[in-house]
Amino acid sequence: MLLNVIWFILMTVLLLVYAILEGFDLGVGILHLFTRKNEHRRILMNSIGPVWDGNEVWLITFGGALFAAFPTAYATVFSAFYTPFMMLLTTLIFRAASMEFRSKVASPAWQNIWDILFSLSSLVATLLLGVASGNALAGIAIDEKGIFQGNFFTFLNPLGVVTGLFAIFLFALQGSLYLQLKTEGELNYQMKKISKILSFSVLILFAVLTTVSFSSVAWARPRVITSVLGLVAIAMLGLTLWLSWKEKGGKAFLSNTGFITSIILIFASNMFPYLVRSSLNPSFSLDIYNSASSPKTLTIMLGIVLVVLPIVLVYTGYVYWVFRGPVKLDETSY
Amino acid sequence: MFSDALMLARIQFALTAIFHYLYPPLTIGLGWIMVYMSYQRLKTGEEVYDKMARFWTNIFAVTFAMGVTTGIVMEFEFGTNWSEYSRFVGDVFGSPLAAEALISFFLESTFLGILVFGWNRVSKKAHFFATLMVALGATLSALWIIVANSWQHTPAGFHIVETPMGPRAEIVSFWQMFFNPSTIGRYSHVIFSAMLNASFFVMSISAYYILKGKHEEFARRSLRIALVFGVIGAYFTLFAGHHQAIVVARHQPAKLAAFEGHFKTIESGTPYYLFGIPNEEEQKVDYGLTIPGFLSFLVHFDFNKPVTALDQFPPEDQPPVKLPFFTFHLMAGLGMFFIALTTLSLFLWWKGKLFNYRWLLWIFVFSLPLPYIANMAGWIAAEVGRQPWIVQDLLRTKDGVSPGVSASQVLGSTVMFTSIYSILFVLYVFILSRKINKGPETINH
Ligand code: HDD
Ligand code: HEM
Ligand code: HEM
Repeated sequence: MLLNVIWFILMTVLLLVYAILEGFDLGVGILHLFTRKNEHRRILMNSIGPVWDGNEVWLITFGGALFAAFPTAYATVFSAFYTPFMMLLTTLIFRAASMEFRSKVASPAWQNIWDILFSLSSLVATLLLGVASGNALAGIAIDEKGIFQGNFFTFLNPLGVVTGLFAIFLFALQGSLYLQLKTEGELNYQMKKISKILSFSVLILFAVLTTVSFSSVAWARPRVITSVLGLVAIAMLGLTLWLSWKEKGGKAFLSNTGFITSIILIFASNMFPYLVRSSLNPSFSLDIYNSASSPKTLTIMLGIVLVVLPIVLVYTGYVYWVFRGPVKLDETSY
Repeated sequence: MFSDALMLARIQFALTAIFHYLYPPLTIGLGWIMVYMSYQRLKTGEEVYDKMARFWTNIFAVTFAMGVTTGIVMEFEFGTNWSEYSRFVGDVFGSPLAAEALISFFLESTFLGILVFGWNRVSKKAHFFATLMVALGATLSALWIIVANSWQHTPAGFHIVETPMGPRAEIVSFWQMFFNPSTIGRYSHVIFSAMLNASFFVMSISAYYILKGKHEEFARRSLRIALVFGVIGAYFTLFAGHHQAIVVARHQPAKLAAFEGHFKTIESGTPYYLFGIPNEEEQKVDYGLTIPGFLSFLVHFDFNKPVTALDQFPPEDQPPVKLPFFTFHLMAGLGMFFIALTTLSLFLWWKGKLFNYRWLLWIFVFSLPLPYIANMAGWIAAEVGRQPWIVQDLLRTKDGVSPGVSASQVLGSTVMFTSIYSILFVLYVFILSRKINKGPETINH
């Protein structure tokens, strides 16, 4: 049964890396419309140009790994979240298309359309990811066969909505901190200002989120690890706030990454050992034992992950290193 | 039809797969053509290779992005629309899908960043390496999805286990699952047909430039390089396809019978239809033009041995006949055409007359859509021919669909994806034609 726990940890790692990487690139998308000049918008898009697809693959890998390791949970979650999930996929389609198409035609009207689609889809994608996490935490209405008994509006409960808003501000903050590393001059100055406002908003929303989740997540048992992580999260967020006000973007990016990490770990430690909580009856819930693949599949997949994941991290690191420093537009840019 | 969640889920899968498969064959094949060009750029340092590498990489990048937008939906469609299927096969089917993301998608999408944005940032060597990794990634991602798909056609290396949620398939042997009877044949058929597809794409655009008297040096060299890939692609697609037909005859005889409109068992040799219109009511093929005994020969290397017909299967296990029959014949017919065209061109090249005939160049120009049609037809034949099974002989398509998802939800998402994908396809064609009209001189966007 150790295998099942290891797989829970691996799923957490995939989710964590996805949140960290796609976090800043969705954030850049959210901030896109806050810049006005064509050149600035191009810098924003090009700051994530070489890496966004690699970042998105962490979500695809998360999906694939869930399918392989916990097929019952995969089947249940995605059919239960059918409509929001289809919406998420739509936003991801628009994001990819707008980056690819925007600069291909030098007409302001054409570029405006893609700017709006890019920014809006980044915003909605973040909202949906947030709403989904909130609902996963609170539990969803699945029956004993894992069939969803609610509808789209079931997801718009207080915890879901607050988590959604929180995600938007958090990712926007992460994006603005990332952009401080990627820009110079006027744009850089603008990002510093934005980071200050955003870090403050995140603090407030975090307080609201904590309050709401204490009342909504009825089943959560207080665990030592969760409290410790909670303290780490508060410390990290405080640090981010302070560093943002000191205009130290790079360090603030790191501490905010630490904050995101502790949030994801709090989420995971609250879920453990469950993958899908039934809000109808706790005994309908899917955990890492009753929804798992056979030990044989888990072992084979673990072998593949242990060999391949380090290699992936190495070349991903290499690509980030090649494109380090402020964006310089040239003839190959978007 | 629009109130039936099962039918809608099938339509949605078929449409999203068809839209997806518009792009991967080009990226898989073009990747290797670019590897060659990039290698020449590195080795010779000639400017024309630099132009080639940049121009085709540019086309590649747009196609790749379209592949991503359509692929990401498919990755999750098993969970959203086919949850019962996912529950049943997850233990077996999930691993190749996860491996695909981990081993291949990361490789191609990460190195693509360097390929597209790295011209001024990394050395020629590093750029060549990135090209190689992208081509490898694309080719490997086809491997894993083909393994998963082939397992649906010819399941192997598993046993059925009862669980509280119902029976499911569990892995017994990973390698038997991986090398199930149809993996190798299907994978090689798909890779070579992708190579063929990309080479026709390059030849079509190059021929167009030559006819217009533009970018001649660039176009002649591109066309010749692509022709080499095309000849290899055309012949090996045939070999692999033939091999695959034998596998189908052995493991999915009902499908082969549908391909051939073979309704009634004949005690002697079975004919091969070159043309015909299957008539399902009367269980025969109208207006058929046949080669006597040839199907028996293809399957058994013996003109007189009988081939299993549809009448050997209970009606509820029989696939539809019309669609598999037409699509299969369309694919095979086009395959023959590609062989003829590439062989003729190779001969003319050898004679030093490859660029002498304008009609030949025009044929290349207008052949552009044909490999796409053949690819699509091939998938439709293979997938519809598998019906009514979603996993051959183990799980029916109707039992694989998500029970909790309503028809209106599926209809909504189907309409949405179809409209978005149609618009994106139109934009894709528009952007490509602009790039092609601008030509390789202005490599910029
Ligand atoms: C024979 C080749 C082939 C086939 C049959 C499929 N794919 Fe595909 N897919 C590719 C070959 C490919 C590729 C060449 O690797 C793509 C195309 C362009 C690209 O970005 O990578 C790709 C992209 C791609 C992506 C985006 C990857 C990224 O973000 O980089 C996903 C999630 C999928 N595919 C998933 C699927 C699923 C679930 C399929 C089956 C039902 C499927 N593909 C069939
Ligand atoms: C890998 C797992 C796959 C699954 C679970 C799957 C499942 C299905 C299902 C359920 C259908 C609908 C069947 C029908 O209505 O006839 C279908 C059809 C189809 N699939 Fe697959 N398929 C898979 C792989 C692929 C791949 C890799 C492709 C190529 C891109 C593909 C191409 C098609 C096509 C073209 C159709 C249309 C057939 C029709 O008209 O119904 N499939 N598939
Ligand atoms: C030259 C003669 C050809 C023969 C004899 C042939 C044979 C076959 C057979 C028997 C299948 C069905 C495999 C199955 O259901 O398990 C198939 C599928 C397919 N064919 Fe062909 N084929 C030929 C040409 C082509 C060409 C020219 C293309 C595309 C350019 C193509 C693309 C495909 C694709 C994409 C599939 C679906 C994947 C698969 O199941 O292998 N084929 N082919």
